[in-house]
Amino acid sequence: MGLAKRIIPCLDVTDGRVVKGVNFVALRDAGDPVEIARRYDEQGADELTFLDITASSDNRGLILHIIEEVAAQVFIPLTVGGGVRAVDDVRRLLNAGADKVGINTAAVTNPQLVADASSRFGSQCIVVAIDAKQVSVAGEPLCWHVFTHGGRKDTGLDAVAWAKNMEQMGAGEILLTSMDRDGTKIGFNLDLTRAVADAVGIPVIASGGVGNLDHLVDGVLKGHADAVLAASIFHYGEYSVEQAKRYMAQHGIEVRL
Amino acid sequence: MGSIAVVDYGMGNLRSVAKALEHVAPDARIVVTSEAGEIAQADRVVFPGVGAMPDCMRELEVRGLRQVLVEAAQTKPFLGICLGMQALFEFSEEGNVAGLGVLPGKVRLFPREAMHNAQGQRLKVPHIGWNEVHQAVAHPLWNGITNGARFYFVHSYYVEAGNPELVAAFTHYPFAFASAVARNNIFAVQFHPEKSQAAGLKLLANFTEWDGTAPNSI
Repeated sequence: MGLAKRIIPCLDVTDGRVVKGVNFVALRDAGDPVEIARRYDEQGADELTFLDITASSDNRGLILHIIEEVAAQVFIPLTVGGGVRAVDDVRRLLNAGADKVGINTAAVTNPQLVADASSRFGSQCIVVAIDAKQVSVAGEPLCWHVFTHGGRKDTGLDAVAWAKNMEQMGAGEILLTSMDRDGTKIGFNLDLTRAVADAVGIPVIASGGVGNLDHLVDGVLKGHADAVLAASIFHYGEYSVEQAKRYMAQHGIEVRL
Repeated sequence: MGSIAVVDYGMGNLRSVAKALEHVAPDARIVVTSEAGEIAQADRVVFPGVGAMPDCMRELEVRGLRQVLVEAAQTKPFLGICLGMQALFEFSEEGNVAGLGVLPGKVRLFPREAMHNAQGQRLKVPHIGWNEVHQAVAHPLWNGITNGARFYFVHSYYVEAGNPELVAAFTHYPFAFASAVARNNIFAVQFHPEKSQAAGLKLLANFTEWDGTAPNSI
């Protein structure tokens, strides 16, 4: 037995609240990030990812307080992304208690940030988030581009080449989101996931599209992902993290139980 | 329980180490410090760290902490974590720098060409995630922790101990490497107990109660 594949619940946070959890009526305060983090920790989550999608700059500091509070109660790795533009943003998040920091748009606009942040704080804490969308049409060889600004802007960069580039710049991990699948609940884009996971020597976290537990299994077995990230299937109580892990174990995937 | 110094030398997030210690030892006085005097006076020392070895050694020199750390590692319960484990050894391939040389051995990069599992699948570096820790010695710090329990790792370099008797636990990735070492009052781990949920908190709790006496081999 060796390294376990990781299951990572993702919490989208805006103005201090988890947005995807707001409609989760079974719990009294499902929108509180600290409470949700504790619940996932109890269920056996291997890590937690927080994406700060706060639009107004006034409330952007809230994420620091949330991370501080979570880090004082939950003793598993925490990744925080969203709005990271400078080495100083990375430092602030790490000081607040984040173990890893996700860099997304800024990695495209300023790739040197990835090199600077990883040489300052170590590759192990720099996660480059890649939002990819398929641009090839039927009959053509598969091709995915890197998109920024929430999937609205095509950078023209090839996603697989970009992932390798980011590895060379010092990224310790790739968080790969298929924009085609995000929110669809039809499963990961397995071709994309496998293409990137097989191309780089650093771990790849698959994200975008999980609607059931078979999708998590496929992400690892067919997509070759080192970790799988999901949000809504956990927030809405369809499955617990523990259920997901047991299901993966039944399918021959090594997990931490 | 007394005082525990968490050595702050500018390498990574010490808050989570301090928070985890506060969680398991609410009565202990936990000081995050870069003052040699405070480290010298503390009853126990935790030497954490993430990042790169050359920066680590430079920061220790700049802060004048080398001597006090070497002394602490010879005299009182001392816990090295991750980079803090690696820095105890003689030499690191990361930047080809000398470590504190408290323990014999060197720190090596996972060799890319060897990173395949038995099924031929590629193993990624950094080694990130939860892996099994197989205890090689009976030690007070393993009290109440299942042999083979999973702990959280995140590293690209590993310790090759100069003396096999130092190895307190090993982990496979894909070969067996020393995921914990122990000698007299020193215990050092490659994984992050402060991020390893129940098993990690138990190890930290054990450390806060440990008298620093040497383990018996099994």
